[in-house]
Amino acid sequence: MVRFLQRTYVYLIFAFLYAPIAVLISLSFNAARSRGSWGGFTLQWYVELFQDRVIMNSLYTTLFIGITSALVATIIGTAAAIGIHNSRGWQKKLVMNLTYIPVLNPEIVTGISLMILFVFAKLQFGYLTLLLAHITFNIPYVILSVLPKLRQLDKNLYEAALDLGAEPWYAFLKVILPEIMPGVITGLLLAFTLSIDDFVVSFFTTGSGVATLSITVYSMARRGINPKLNALSTIMFVAVLLLLIIVNVRQAQDEKKARRQNDKENTLSLVGRASAADIDPEWMQQQ
Amino acid sequence: MNRTRPMLPYMVWMTIFIVVPLFLIVYYAFTSTEFNGVALTLDNFRRVFQPVYMKVLWRSVKLAVVSTAVCLFVGYPAALIMAGNAFSRKNTVIMLFVIPMWMNFLLRTYAWLTLLERSGFVNQFLARIGLPSLNILYTDSAVVLGMVYNFLPFMILPIYSVLSKIDRGVLEAAADLGANKVVTFLRVILPLSLPGVISGITMVFMPALTTFVISRLLGGGQYTLIGNLIEQQFLVVGDWGFGSAISMVMIILILISMAVMSFFEDGEEGRALW
Repeated sequence: MVRFLQRTYVYLIFAFLYAPIAVLISLSFNAARSRGSWGGFTLQWYVELFQDRVIMNSLYTTLFIGITSALVATIIGTAAAIGIHNSRGWQKKLVMNLTYIPVLNPEIVTGISLMILFVFAKLQFGYLTLLLAHITFNIPYVILSVLPKLRQLDKNLYEAALDLGAEPWYAFLKVILPEIMPGVITGLLLAFTLSIDDFVVSFFTTGSGVATLSITVYSMARRGINPKLNALSTIMFVAVLLLLIIVNVRQAQDEKKARRQNDKENTLSLVGRASAADIDPEWMQQQ
Repeated sequence: MNRTRPMLPYMVWMTIFIVVPLFLIVYYAFTSTEFNGVALTLDNFRRVFQPVYMKVLWRSVKLAVVSTAVCLFVGYPAALIMAGNAFSRKNTVIMLFVIPMWMNFLLRTYAWLTLLERSGFVNQFLARIGLPSLNILYTDSAVVLGMVYNFLPFMILPIYSVLSKIDRGVLEAAADLGANKVVTFLRVILPLSLPGVISGITMVFMPALTTFVISRLLGGGQYTLIGNLIEQQFLVVGDWGFGSAISMVMIILILISMAVMSFFEDGEEGRALW
């Protein structure tokens, strides 16, 4: 009986969390324009969605910014993680604190501070500013994905490669990179997901005529509810869900291979963005 | 070879795009360009303390506190249940809490707009079971609802992760020593779960205090919350000095709440501010 009540309580919370999503998804197939009635199943909104210039353009922008910023952030972030891994003492502390600023800072502050910078530097607001902003908030998450892999790395491997005559760069490519690759890929996917998910920072750093999907959703939602938006929401939900599953399956595989970490880290790695805000102190203590 | 060299590009990048912009906010908050040249001033901060803006500030803090409290009181029992043995597949249950969090938060908020409309689903449902309709859209209640909906998992997950790590032996020991369930909860489980509660509160309170989207979509009026005020100053009014000053006040509010939080936490596991 107690167990039944307990389960019911959790199921009610799930209903609260999933009802809006379920309603949006089912409305995206509703032929009636008014939400009050069910006019039969249709794919009309999906067809119209793909004919909508504004929405399609923002989709391209989102993908372009997402892919480019994730790639650049992964390169800079992986290099940074290696440097951080090799550094000690105050230097390490300084860089790690720097890494946590954008993670802990409210998004709106990151957004407006970058906006001020871009105006100050007289940059034209548009793709470039959007890209710079996205790279900036992505790099720390790449670092936080790669660092654990570096900690698992056997230090002697790199030394051995050097002893056997490998140049440092060659040793990095052939010895270190393959070992930390899972972390790098996870960081890349995380960065991409965060980028396509972002609204606040994009909102302050984009220029006229350049909109990501989030920005388009925001401006359309304020003008009233549009069935095409429901179709778009459904597609984005499914896309993010797929990405999330890929990332988590990867992490699960890594964790099986590696030593069993404690439960908290497992849970928090699922949370992704949430984790970074929370692992901070413990991570620092482990160092 | 200097082995820390690979982080050089990162240091340069972060200095330009994180450190310098933050200093620019401080710079704009403390200066005015009204006269010929730039002058140091506290006027921007004086304006923040005008009644109109104090009202916005108070309202933001109030709504953030209410949302955090609702999340805590709804979320703690859920975390407790999940850490117990009501569910056999715990990882799946946790996953189900995480999935909605990864849906774009604009879309989730937008979904509530659909639900809460005058002829929306909630009202149709209420009408069907014979209850009066609920018109909370564009009120503070809708904003709180939106916040709770968006941030509830941030409360449940950290509490769950702490609860699930509690040693069963400790609970058995409490029972052996004669504690009933209520006493065990109050004297053993609750104190041990405090670190999770604290990080949950931090993770809900901070985004709730700084949001401007939820209030813009679900709330009424333009100057609902501090986040909206900042957004307006930068994008509509163009008063960067005042906008920067409010941002700094907001950051200070967050730092204070984080300090209060770490004060409540056990010294042993205390999370230093920095």
